[in-house]
Amino acid sequence: MKNSVIEVKDFRKTYGNYVAVDGISFDVKQGEIFGLLGPNGAGKTSTLECLEGLRTPNGGSLRVVGLDPVSESRKLRNLIGVQLQSAGLPESITPDEAMRFFCAYHNVAPRFDLLERLGLAEKRSAQFYELSAGQQRRLVLALAVAHNPQVLFLDEPTAGLDVATRVELHGMMRELQAGGTTIILATHDMAEAEQMSDQVAILMKSKIVNIGTPMEITATGAGLTKISVRTQASSLSASGITFPAVSQHTSKDEYSIYFSSDIGPTVLAIIAHINAQGDTLIDLRVERPSLEDRFLEITNAGVDP
Amino acid sequence: MNAFIHHFTFEFRTGIRNKQLLLMNYLFPLGFYLMMGFIMAEINPLFRKDIIPAMVVFGILAATFLGIPDPLVNARENGVFRSYKINGIPSISILTIPALTTILHLMIVAVLITVTAPLFFDAPLPVNWLNYALIFVAMAFACAGLSVLIGVVSPSSRMTVLWSQLVFVPSMLLGGLMLPYSTLPDVARKFAQLLPATHAMNAFNGLAMGKVATFSPWGSVIMLFVSGVLAFGLAVYLFSWDSRNTTRRGHPLLALLVLLPYIVGIFLLA
Repeated sequence: MKNSVIEVKDFRKTYGNYVAVDGISFDVKQGEIFGLLGPNGAGKTSTLECLEGLRTPNGGSLRVVGLDPVSESRKLRNLIGVQLQSAGLPESITPDEAMRFFCAYHNVAPRFDLLERLGLAEKRSAQFYELSAGQQRRLVLALAVAHNPQVLFLDEPTAGLDVATRVELHGMMRELQAGGTTIILATHDMAEAEQMSDQVAILMKSKIVNIGTPMEITATGAGLTKISVRTQASSLSASGITFPAVSQHTSKDEYSIYFSSDIGPTVLAIIAHINAQGDTLIDLRVERPSLEDRFLEITNAGVDP
Repeated sequence: MNAFIHHFTFEFRTGIRNKQLLLMNYLFPLGFYLMMGFIMAEINPLFRKDIIPAMVVFGILAATFLGIPDPLVNARENGVFRSYKINGIPSISILTIPALTTILHLMIVAVLITVTAPLFFDAPLPVNWLNYALIFVAMAFACAGLSVLIGVVSPSSRMTVLWSQLVFVPSMLLGGLMLPYSTLPDVARKFAQLLPATHAMNAFNGLAMGKVATFSPWGSVIMLFVSGVLAFGLAVYLFSWDSRNTTRRGHPLLALLVLLPYIVGIFLLA
């Protein structure tokens, strides 16, 4: 059984009278990608910043690689990598200089290969302010992983990145994970969180409202499966047709869409109806609820599930 | 050591690459020096005797007070210090390395002024080169410390301008650069003794240029070093990694303690 690399117990963070995080607890095992999701102001950044040692918690305990991020922050520096949401580099620094500079403080050899891999080969001598927003984020990412950290904190890592770089980043995350790096991923991109994360915690109004694997989280919702059907003669568009276990029905782009609590009987009944009408089935898709659907369900409800 | 070298190299290059710093480190001091040499030396021939120390002191004032605080505030506000903290860069490096690189730029400017002033303006050279270098280092150290402290305690770029000008403008008027200290009225003399420029000019006159100091020149040198140490110490103590993190070890007004050696000096140096 893998060790817990991050342990959060009854963690609380306040700013004056405002409670940003209210007694949350979770563990992250070595080599896991842990998604931290939540609407703006839910407490994600406060949690990350306390784990990174940038802020001091007001209650509970935090351990990262067995260290207290506040009192043992110096020891922690070489063990964690952080990609902050805002770039945070001097305007006049070049990617080459930044790589030498940061690697020197981590006491490792500069990793210029990362600059090439993240598409910055042509910009190695350009000053930071001359880089596009996406290039700046890629540089910060390269710096965050250059010293091979045991734990990597990524705050909105793919915001502003093109598709190719995004794919490259995901590949890099998988490689780091395979090498034993634990990754904490704070993101608004649900598809990314669902695709990449082993565990996900959804923060809402300063508390964790759901935690588990993406599959577990989607399974705890209303459990309705989406069935989209398109036929040649549109025999399903007539009003008054009902199918077993369907609780909602809608139409979009020549598709009839059904939300079913039991897909077996529903699909069989739909096919039987099409055959009975002498119509021809063109397309039938069955989709389980996505993490995004579940996230919206939770955040729209605004209360514990 | 490797980290220090990379950090120092980057900051030194920034002093030339960044247009604002290039202006404050080189263009403004050297441009002002040439202008003063060609105009002031014609109007007042006695100024030739003071042109080397006065323009070196001016260069130090411009590069430190107008060049150091603003980039520090901008770096803090733009999250650069947060990024530094995460990567284990200590606050002492963040504060001292820009000061050291500025002093290195100033050495180049001082050499240019010292070499060209006798050729262009018939200015006398220092009579004691060792003391000349020592006073330069003491003045640059004191002003760099004060400038770093201003950068640390200022909440915004606008405030750095205010605090910097509070030192820069009186230094130009009362520091002995344009008018000899001895010609100032009594009240202005007392006030002038709160300024590093006054002590630097006094020490240059008494220890390096073969002129007479108005008050203890070695006292002025000690004053500059002590205030520099105090300023850097206060800057490290009051340093905050980012403006959102409100936990600072002391109130910014503690920075005023940096004036203490100068206040004591008013009574001790006569």
